[in-house]
Amino acid sequence: MTQFAVFVLHGLAYAGLLFLVSSGLTLVFGMMNVLNFAHAAFYMLGAYFSYSILQWSGNFWLSMLLCPLILFVIGALVERFLLRRVHQHGHLHELLLTFGLAYIITEGVKWIWGNYSLAVSLDGFLTGQVSLLGITYPVYRLFIIGCAVAVGTAMSYVFYRTRVGIIVRAAVDDHEMVNALGINVPLVFMLVFAVGAALSGFAGVIAGPLLTTYPGMAAEILVDAFVVIVVGGFGSLGGALLASLIIGQLQAFGVLLVPKLSLALIYLLMAVVLVVKPSGLFGEEA
Amino acid sequence: MLEVRDIHSYYGKSHILHGVSMTLQEGEMVCLLGRNGVGKSTTLKSIMGMVRPRSGSIRFQGRELIGLQPYQVARLGVGIVPEERRIFGSLTVEENLLIGKKNALDGGDGAQAWTLERVYQVFPRLHERRTNKGRHLSGGEQQMLTVARTLMGNPRLILVDEPTEGLAPLIVQDVLHMLAQVRRSGVTVLMVEQNFKAAVQVADRFYVMGKGQIVFEGDVDALLAADEVRKTYLEV
Ligand SMILES: Nc1ncnc2c1ncn2[C@@H]1O[C@H](COP(=O)(O)OP(=O)(O)O)[C@@H](O)[C@H]1O
Ligand SMILES: [Mg+2]
Repeated sequence: MTQFAVFVLHGLAYAGLLFLVSSGLTLVFGMMNVLNFAHAAFYMLGAYFSYSILQWSGNFWLSMLLCPLILFVIGALVERFLLRRVHQHGHLHELLLTFGLAYIITEGVKWIWGNYSLAVSLDGFLTGQVSLLGITYPVYRLFIIGCAVAVGTAMSYVFYRTRVGIIVRAAVDDHEMVNALGINVPLVFMLVFAVGAALSGFAGVIAGPLLTTYPGMAAEILVDAFVVIVVGGFGSLGGALLASLIIGQLQAFGVLLVPKLSLALIYLLMAVVLVVKPSGLFGEEA
Repeated sequence: MLEVRDIHSYYGKSHILHGVSMTLQEGEMVCLLGRNGVGKSTTLKSIMGMVRPRSGSIRFQGRELIGLQPYQVARLGVGIVPEERRIFGSLTVEENLLIGKKNALDGGDGAQAWTLERVYQVFPRLHERRTNKGRHLSGGEQQMLTVARTLMGNPRLILVDEPTEGLAPLIVQDVLHMLAQVRRSGVTVLMVEQNFKAAVQVADRFYVMGKGQIVFEGDVDALLAADEVRKTYLEV
């Protein structure tokens, strides 16, 4: 029983990371129709920047604050000066651009930080264990769950309860019409892209001490994030949340029960959803 | 108020508008008639900035519109009600209305500004349906909502593309009545129609479009007198 609870918590921690990464990915795809291959590279940059900030300052809280800001700026620049320029040439060009960007970032990371894994170590209370109802569990995983819940709640509030959220949801439906109603849609694209990059970077920061920080970490999470946005439905924040929770649990229990097949389980889920409801769990019917 | 001069618009390589010109005075309700596929919608999209004409000029209250993005044109006081209606299906009726709100011009010229309250007063049906998703509305309700959504931006000029298309005759009368009301509130209206009988009821002046060009301009009497034009370009 306690073992079961531990795996549920493991799944939740991974779901938290996945949700932070895939929320930006799904919104960008829903609005701009761009499948951003570089999105997970922002996650990796978050982890590496955090590593360096920790080396330099020793302050994890500082890197939790700084890295998303840096990635916000990087995201805004990428959208404004790269994506927007190739936009008129069509989706294939956009796809190639983000693909190339992911590649360049990965090579850049190898060049600067080396082609091996780095250990991000924390001190203080985050490294401890807590005991609750007979379960001993690392504080840090609970901390990740807490971060994801906090950010997810704030995001849902903005998305479903504010004017900004109305605009973003409308732009997912039909951005040209939003533009014709007097909204500066290019600016909305840039901001959503930048916020998505910042969230992805934030996920990278908190993933650092838990998972390994290495040049393959982007590709690793990108696959799962793609599955999340397909299963959840493109452009749906609620869908991304639900799909992250499901895949988090599949990951955790897959490793426990069928270690060799845990990855296959995720693809199986995607295939089933695609057959039963091609637009994803929360997707709009075409 | 609006002066379109000799515009040429394209979709990729296909040349759609071959030098379209038209003029609207403030407060007028003008109707653009013509058969399917001649370029009526493209004309409205060109004014709105959704299609960029390669040459010519479009002046609105003295300002050149060509080269502006749709949101900039909207902020100058032009609103479009597109042919496909383009309701945001996953948003509620009220959210659809709120989209156009923040960048609304003030009513201007002492005209009463459109607010949620006023929209609900004029369209009680939208009030009843305010928490429903856009995609669950009937055709007539959707048409009301698109017009109201555009009015929320308090445009001085509204471009309405085939508002009666696909509606039952009774609803057509409702929609025409609503547009006449909008016009009485001081908004200039440029309407595209294929339904000649509907248009004649409400418009002051008419333009008729042939393939990418204006072939007739005049009031109701002139249009009724111009048998040739009606036969060639309107009646099927
Ligand atoms: N997005 C588009 N891409 C390519 N061709 C288009 C597009 N929209 C319209 N057309 C073509 O342009 C011509 C004029 O279309 P349109 O302005 O919609 O006509 P109307 O509104 O008078 O029926 C038609 O031949 C149509 O096939
Ligand atoms: Mg048309």
